[in-house]
Amino acid sequence: MPEGQFKAGIAGGRLSPDQYAENFSDLHPPLDHHEALVESDRCYFCYDAPCMNACPTSIDIPLFIRQISTGNPIGSAKTIFDQNILGGMCARVCPTETLCEEVCVREVAEGKPVQIGRLQRYATDVAMAENRQFYPRATPTGKTVAVVGAGPAGLAAAHRLARHGHDVTILEARPKAGGLNEYGIAAYKSVDNFAQAEVDYVTAIGGIDIQNGKALGRDYQLSDLIRNYDAVFLGMGLGGVNALRAEGEDAGGVTNAVEFISELRQASDLSGLPVGRRVVVIGGGMTAIDAAVQSKLLGAEEVTVCYRRGQEHMNASEFEQDLAAANGVSIRHWLQPTRVLAEGGKVSGIELEYTALQGDKLAGTGETLTLVADQVFKAIGQSFVPAALNGSGASIDLQAGRIKVDSEGRTSLAKVWAGGDCIFGGEDLTVSAVAQGRDAAESINRSLTQG
Amino acid sequence: MADLRNNFVGIKSPNPFWLASAPPTDKAYNVVRAFKAGWGGVVWKTLGEEGPPVVNVNGPRYGAIWGADRRLLGLNNIELITDRDLQTNLREMKQVKMDWPDRALIASIMVPCEEESWKAILPLVEETGADGIELNFGCPHGMSERGMGAAVGQVPEYIEMVVRWCKQYTRMPVITKLTPNITDIRKPARAAHAGGTDAVSLINTINSITGVDLDNFAPMPTIDGKGSHGGYCGPAVKPIAMNMVAEIARDPETHGLPISGIGGITTWRDAAEFMALGAGNVQVCTAAMTYGFKIVQEMIAGLENWMDEKGHRSLDDIIGRATPNVTDWQYLNLNYVAKAHIDQDACIKCGRCHIACEDTSHQAITNMVDGVRHFEVIEAECVGCNLCVNVCPVDNCITMEPLAAGAMDQRTGKPVSPIYANWTTHPNNPMAKVAAE
Repeated sequence: MPEGQFKAGIAGGRLSPDQYAENFSDLHPPLDHHEALVESDRCYFCYDAPCMNACPTSIDIPLFIRQISTGNPIGSAKTIFDQNILGGMCARVCPTETLCEEVCVREVAEGKPVQIGRLQRYATDVAMAENRQFYPRATPTGKTVAVVGAGPAGLAAAHRLARHGHDVTILEARPKAGGLNEYGIAAYKSVDNFAQAEVDYVTAIGGIDIQNGKALGRDYQLSDLIRNYDAVFLGMGLGGVNALRAEGEDAGGVTNAVEFISELRQASDLSGLPVGRRVVVIGGGMTAIDAAVQSKLLGAEEVTVCYRRGQEHMNASEFEQDLAAANGVSIRHWLQPTRVLAEGGKVSGIELEYTALQGDKLAGTGETLTLVADQVFKAIGQSFVPAALNGSGASIDLQAGRIKVDSEGRTSLAKVWAGGDCIFGGEDLTVSAVAQGRDAAESINRSLTQG
Repeated sequence: MADLRNNFVGIKSPNPFWLASAPPTDKAYNVVRAFKAGWGGVVWKTLGEEGPPVVNVNGPRYGAIWGADRRLLGLNNIELITDRDLQTNLREMKQVKMDWPDRALIASIMVPCEEESWKAILPLVEETGADGIELNFGCPHGMSERGMGAAVGQVPEYIEMVVRWCKQYTRMPVITKLTPNITDIRKPARAAHAGGTDAVSLINTINSITGVDLDNFAPMPTIDGKGSHGGYCGPAVKPIAMNMVAEIARDPETHGLPISGIGGITTWRDAAEFMALGAGNVQVCTAAMTYGFKIVQEMIAGLENWMDEKGHRSLDDIIGRATPNVTDWQYLNLNYVAKAHIDQDACIKCGRCHIACEDTSHQAITNMVDGVRHFEVIEAECVGCNLCVNVCPVDNCITMEPLAAGAMDQRTGKPVSPIYANWTTHPNNPMAKVAAE
């Protein structure tokens, strides 16, 4: 019987315990004190710094780096948290290569940007290790705000609202808070249960009550919240997964990549987590790469990402693509799934059709390719599920399938704000969700304290 | 190939790079390593009187300041003269000189300001075969409290007196090492010259406190909770030293007096600059203490390469070449106009030139043009101050471009005058007006 990587079908225990530990260790290990000082010295303290402008939360990056270089990591952390209370997680998961570090003048000059993400992690780690809380709560206002979803947007909103003296109740459908930070991020990007540590750090301000296992539409309605609270913030993310629209996609072994990533994050013993010998991932975003790389790290022999457009169209950053390649994942372009092949109800392969752009439109060329596979992950995007929201009386306006908000995060319903992945116009980034939650909280505060 | 051989007051060395009297030249072991590495000469760590040697502190002797990446910029020390027995030093010096006849070996000396003391030590030093002596009138700490070192160097009359004794009691060339801890370096140089010194060397170290331990509120380096000022050296002191070298080189009273340049010399370029200002050779310490003796290889190769490129055949072709161009402010041409120019291809758009100019100077650099991040000099505002050049992190990205005579200076709205005109004749100068009347 073939063992390990060559074990047929979907199976666990493909690697030795040491290999699991090594494969899922920190992707970007923390900078030590010396490394942080050397790196911080590289920052030029630019005027109107491009990095700062590229950050969705507008962290004053030159200032926080200067504070590290002058031996004040605590002050540095405060500079970060002033703008982004989830600065610790953002330091780990932000695609810095397409945000701050992409526009760093040293990237322009030398192709080697200051490692802003890792410096941010250094400073926030110091402050969080000491549990330094920088923000006292304002005098209680007596106002109450309900926040739906304990993801990045909801946590950022809750923290800012609590600072302003309001009492916040977060209603979270899942058993744990954190949202995608807890359930949706590759394990090697957030080790040591950091997401929960961050939730604890954020909620330590006080005035934030997180209630888990409370799903909108199932356990309560939006109308209840509007009635019982002074304001509501919706930050429930995306609940749906787009279908392949390929024949036979209900065969065994065809799974949503987000579920796989979530299971992996929650698994206490990775060797017990089954993965296919030959895995095909359909999609071209971060989720596709996270699922593919982690499949490989779990011991899959062959992992192929198939994306229906070209490399230049992929949502996954260049860094992510390189990471996949470095881990032995092969990425194939201009292929769309047409049929899932199954034997005995279990996936045995996938038939794909080559595509090409005809003008602006993508179309199949008729040529097909069949890949042998015992596991197929769907990672072709998530969608907002409005049913829970609109099953409760007054309906909220949507735009392109997501919640429509104005520049302050106000929805079409009075007293209701929204932010994060569930709104139209978001960037599906943790850091954008934080910015939206924070800004909506400021808008809510203005509304609650006026008159 | 440029000839780097140096003849300084008759003392010959294969190159102009000597190690200054300091820890690196404290004993034969170090000096031999230096000669093996290629140093042209050494000034042996200062000898004191016969008898029980001085003692040093047993805690930290050095303090420092650093630039980015913890590059050492300035070093200070509270070490005294040699704490080894005089006879040991003399024996080692004699042996080293015998083994390395082509290298310069100078004895630095500091004894009490009494004729008998100098008269006693000079023959002993002469007996080692040393090429010359350097009078340590510079050390600003410890020894100065006992009436030696800088305590002598700060009193021109003492300098002249001791130099006279030395010229009287030895045939060896006398180099007088000056302290910078005075207000006018020309006074001690003139005194040494009057006493008959063959040369001066400068600078010795500068009184300094490099830091304060903020946990204990004690100056650094800290000895059991206390600190004392030390002598400051290293790259940070180079501009101060070069000015003093130039002041002596262009002083009519000391013009032509050979100078051994000391103070922060780290690269061939530093050495060339000192020599251009009038130094006949240079002495190095901090750079060696930071990086080891190997740096002399860069210095030799760099100086040679530059001289070859420029067609300078020997050191005499460069020594003192910049001295005539050192002048007083009042003689600077006020009709000379330069404007900053930013090379847009080299610019990395850090914006430091803009903010420096905007916040602290003349509001002469844009940060945004047509909604795009863009840094460009506004000539109508630019006074040519050079601050942007100095804060720019990219070498040669911003340059100062002189306006040709006749060209329009957009700031003043007047064409650049071809005529040299300085403050002494400027209409705003009350003294000039008086002269004109």
